[in-house]
Amino acid sequence: MSDNTAHDARPPYLRHHFNSVEQQADTSTFAMWLFLLTEVMFFGGLFTAYLIYRNWYYPAFVAASHQLNVVWGATNTLVLIFSSFTMAMGVWCAETRRRKGLVLCLSLTFILGLGFLGIKTIEYREKIEKHHVPGFHYSMQSFLDPQSDPEVYAEYQDKPLQPDMAVHTEVYFSLYFLMTGMHALHMIIGIGILGFMILRARAGAYTSGHVTFVENFGLYWHFVDIIWIYLFALLYLISRHA
Amino acid sequence: MSGQNEHAHTIVGPRVYVVILFALLVGTALTVWASFVDLGFWNPIIALAIATTKATLVVLYFMHIRYSSRLTMLTVAAGVFMFLALVGMTLADYFSRAWGSW
Repeated sequence: MSDNTAHDARPPYLRHHFNSVEQQADTSTFAMWLFLLTEVMFFGGLFTAYLIYRNWYYPAFVAASHQLNVVWGATNTLVLIFSSFTMAMGVWCAETRRRKGLVLCLSLTFILGLGFLGIKTIEYREKIEKHHVPGFHYSMQSFLDPQSDPEVYAEYQDKPLQPDMAVHTEVYFSLYFLMTGMHALHMIIGIGILGFMILRARAGAYTSGHVTFVENFGLYWHFVDIIWIYLFALLYLISRHA
Repeated sequence: MSGQNEHAHTIVGPRVYVVILFALLVGTALTVWASFVDLGFWNPIIALAIATTKATLVVLYFMHIRYSSRLTMLTVAAGVFMFLALVGMTLADYFSRAWGSW
């Protein structure tokens, strides 16, 4: 299939249907961005649903968002920003052929990713304990009688919601779990790929001139970071004063 | 053979990444601080403006768009435009026709 005598100037990673390494790299970057645009549309639908329901059931969404802990949310934002930084440094290490540096950067990104999921688990557990997971066991107690939830009441002094508005807090938590859950799924997939990349990087796979895989994974990881930047603002921050 | 290819691909270095990291940390601190101040109507707008600034920095520098080919820039711009058009039209539809009827 390959004709080595005719193509001896071509590096082994240059596929035969491309003219040059540059063309191959441009093509894969373009394709990666097209994939990310489909992801933008996917999360865009969720964001739009959130904005519409927030306007419809505004008091319910404000009260429900007061259940989120800004400190955990901000900590996770910092964790993800640092992981984006270590990922970007990893791409640089691959480009400049630093094998040990690349393994270190990928490992740090891996650990920070796990740290993010750990904090998310703490937050989810609190929602489970308070019966704020939508479904048969959902409880509106915190919203019908805010003083029954002393920690949140101490911070916000929310007034009780009428029962016909309090039911809509369940919509907030549905969107909360859908959006953060889809984001977490992207994190889990990313961490899995990172584990694979760390093993390959140790063997020197990405530090011999062919960095496309690391670069494109970096794009994916930064995209997931951007989604969280918006989730943090929309879910945790914008309803603190309302 | 690599001579002509290497200069086509800009390698973004640690200095840029550190500056952007610092900017993102400042942005996060700023947006958390702003959420504790009661600015009424402006709270969500400021939060989204800071988030968009942070996202733009990530796209331009961490994702290398500032150093990319025209094709890649156009792809990203088309995506942003399409996203804004779809979200904007959907929201305009809901807010103009169904406002108050829930």
